[in-house]
Amino acid sequence: MATFFGEVVVAPSRAGLDEEEEEREETPEDREIRRELEKKREIDVLWSGMAQEPFVCSRFVVAIGRNAAAFLSSFILDSVCWEVVGVVKLWNEWCRTSSTTNVLPTDSFCLFYRLISDPTVLLCQCSCYVAEDQQYQWLEKVFGSMQKEGLQVTILSTCPVADYKTQESTLTLASPFLKALKTKEFQEQVCCPLLEQPNIVRDLPAAVLSYCQVWQIPAVLYQCYTDVIKLDTVTIEAFKPLLSSKTLKSLVKDASESTKMLKKFLTATESHSNIYI
Amino acid sequence: MFVPCDRGGGSAASDFKGFTLLMPAVSVGNVGQLAIDLVISTLDMTKVGYFYTDCLVPMVGNNPYATAEENSTELSINAEVYSLPSKKLVVLQIRSPFIKNKYRPFCEALLSWVKGSRCARVVVLSSSHAYQRDDEQLLGTPLRYLLTPDLEKAVGGLMQELNWKEMEKVAAYPGISDTDKVLHIPGGGITKLLFTESCSKGIQMAVLLKFCSEGDNIPDAFVLVNYLNEWLQLVKSEVNSSSQWKIPSSWRLLFGNGLPPALF
Repeated sequence: MATFFGEVVVAPSRAGLDEEEEEREETPEDREIRRELEKKREIDVLWSGMAQEPFVCSRFVVAIGRNAAAFLSSFILDSVCWEVVGVVKLWNEWCRTSSTTNVLPTDSFCLFYRLISDPTVLLCQCSCYVAEDQQYQWLEKVFGSMQKEGLQVTILSTCPVADYKTQESTLTLASPFLKALKTKEFQEQVCCPLLEQPNIVRDLPAAVLSYCQVWQIPAVLYQCYTDVIKLDTVTIEAFKPLLSSKTLKSLVKDASESTKMLKKFLTATESHSNIYI
Repeated sequence: MFVPCDRGGGSAASDFKGFTLLMPAVSVGNVGQLAIDLVISTLDMTKVGYFYTDCLVPMVGNNPYATAEENSTELSINAEVYSLPSKKLVVLQIRSPFIKNKYRPFCEALLSWVKGSRCARVVVLSSSHAYQRDDEQLLGTPLRYLLTPDLEKAVGGLMQELNWKEMEKVAAYPGISDTDKVLHIPGGGITKLLFTESCSKGIQMAVLLKFCSEGDNIPDAFVLVNYLNEWLQLVKSEVNSSSQWKIPSSWRLLFGNGLPPALF
């Protein structure tokens, strides 16, 4: 591990562990700092208008990331049929969310909506990053508030196509494309091919699907592999096959509304991507 | 906490009385985890439950031990338990790193599960940084073992017969000759914590580790699993020491995708 200049460089370990920190005894000051940091990183889930807790939920659709959230905004959500019933307040090094429900598609937020005509249908748009030490809290506080009997979960998420492992090069793949993972209890048809080995899913989508697998809740995750990191209409439209699924079929709004919404996203991204005034 | 796959099994599903629990430490080169993959894949072990915890980074994927279309769509998560009752073997596989500050809570949860499920003994497969070996350790076998006092009584003699080398203690302050000797497993993850906690809790635990560096650690995994096999005799020892282990289908593409043709 000596470089050409002779200094010794420690190779980073895939095991991801910094052992030196663990070996050191924690002083009272360290403990105090750690506790303060943990308190700051605690997430709050604020529900409103729920008759009881745990509330009944038959369908829970979670859109994680800006493009997945924008898909729900374009094709499902509107201010007539849906009402906001919950918000997540959190802070981490990447983002901060507040309890406001008036948000732009480019903001960081995590909101819950309920279908007015069927209050057991819940939607979540989570465009903020939930850090790895906050994911478990998110699960316990969100799922802890709902009854699990008769619940079915659908998760929408995106990730870079460069993460997709395949025999061929990812340059030749036609992206964006959808892949699915489902829990043992999920019996319905999936809208795209299943994710092949050795691919894995991480972060909040993985946390939600793991929870559902362990507690035997039927759930399906649709992962969109895309080569665009920002809000992008091509990526948003890649989720369209889901509109024919049993879960979303009855919730799709008017086509003209969707086109208007997508046009709005196009202009929103254009103005933000121009670094010249 | 341990959550069985089959709720209907009742308490029988979580009773591993007299079983040997085999598990990896997330350590340099991920050698322990690779070795565990070989054990699960070769013995065709059945998944019996999950170790549901907030201490590990979440991850999911389809069955890493898939052999055919039919069994390739079962979801796997970051910590799962497999069993082979005919060999009284239960295996915990860990597939992701620890979340910061969560090593100690995980060790506590794990050891409390070990006691509750009445496992007879625990075997931890681990590894340690090869570059931290002293002059003597650079020579001879790169494999080491450790036994808690309770297990030493039971199998210490067998280790002597197998001619295995115990992990050496090192000086607490290198360079100063008359300081105390301490156990030091650099790059071993939670290995040392698990071992010292087991010593004080009277748990029968063995640690089997290999000195290695980051890189292509598949050969290290084979060496470690053959070392384990010398003791536990899980598979028949062959002359060609890698042919008796089955590589799981998830070991494909470990070093990236195919190359773009436009490169040439």
